[in-house]
Amino acid sequence: MAYVVMATGFCLILIGLYGSLSNRNLMRMIVAFTVADTGVNLVIVAVGYMSGRTAPILDAAVPVAEAAARIIDPVPQALVLTAIVIGVGVTALMLAYVYKLYEAKRTLDIGKFTELKW
Amino acid sequence: MIKRFAILVMLLAVAAVFATLTLSYQPDAELNQTARYYAERTASEVGSANIVTAIVVTYRGLDTLGEVTVLFLASSIVGLLLARGRNAKLNPAKPLPASELLVTGSRLLTPLVMLLGVYVFVNGHLTPGGGFQGGSILASGVLLMLLADPLKHFSHHLISALESIAGLFYVAIGVLGIFLAGGFLDNRILPIGELGALFSAGAIPLIYSLIGLKVGAEFSSILANLSATEEL
Repeated sequence: MAYVVMATGFCLILIGLYGSLSNRNLMRMIVAFTVADTGVNLVIVAVGYMSGRTAPILDAAVPVAEAAARIIDPVPQALVLTAIVIGVGVTALMLAYVYKLYEAKRTLDIGKFTELKW
Repeated sequence: MIKRFAILVMLLAVAAVFATLTLSYQPDAELNQTARYYAERTASEVGSANIVTAIVVTYRGLDTLGEVTVLFLASSIVGLLLARGRNAKLNPAKPLPASELLVTGSRLLTPLVMLLGVYVFVNGHLTPGGGFQGGSILASGVLLMLLADPLKHFSHHLISALESIAGLFYVAIGVLGIFLAGGFLDNRILPIGELGALFSAGAIPLIYSLIGLKVGAEFSSILANLSATEEL
């Protein structure tokens, strides 16, 4: 199970990398980046998964005394919670910058932005 | 052509690294030391049924404060970058009216979506979910309203007041922890209570509700700013 999720995550990262490298349209690059972002989150969650165990929530099914033997690793989940939220912030920033770039040059083609090219 | 080939070679190299990582990966049979500490001590030290919430809000509370700050920074930069477009709104182009289905549906669904968001962040210490998830659900209600009526104007003063008050109280509760309990953002300024009850885990429900309001306000302001941009 963990292997399937991990392989899916790595595939998503590769798809995202390919998309952001091969597309010249800025909007498509942003979409590709969010796909890669999702892949990274999947990989981190998969690392914390342990087969036969349950979610890290203490209730009638997971008594406190047995918690250490019954739950999966909660730390990667807390990390991914953070990563998702920061990902949203980064995507919003990229969209705002692309709006400003389009306002300046009236194009979304990255090849037309040559100021920093050498 | 050369560029495409270079991309392919690079991706193959990265894929080889990923394949080695996946094939050599051995899942742990036991929890590692950190995870074991959280699993064994959360119930007695923090009193939160959801261990992820205990880590995010209390054990790593300072990181969460930083994370909320990053989000605040992102939403203010989006506002700053797009501010000029909003002032220059002289003759806003009339968009096509939203369909009858969307308008009627959003009237029915928006209050329910908001209610679900509040439920998710109030119960963050008991069930999967919490302030960040609940705040995102609140913002998705705002997005539904914006889709139904693209010209709808949200009060930026209300959003920023909500956001600053929530942030201020979050830090104030953290500072109270220094004086009344073990340190900054310690949740034991309120009684820990019984594991699994709504009023338990000390200040965690309070802190997570404030985070939920703050995140909801920040995402809403990002959405409102992005939707207020002019057609170029």
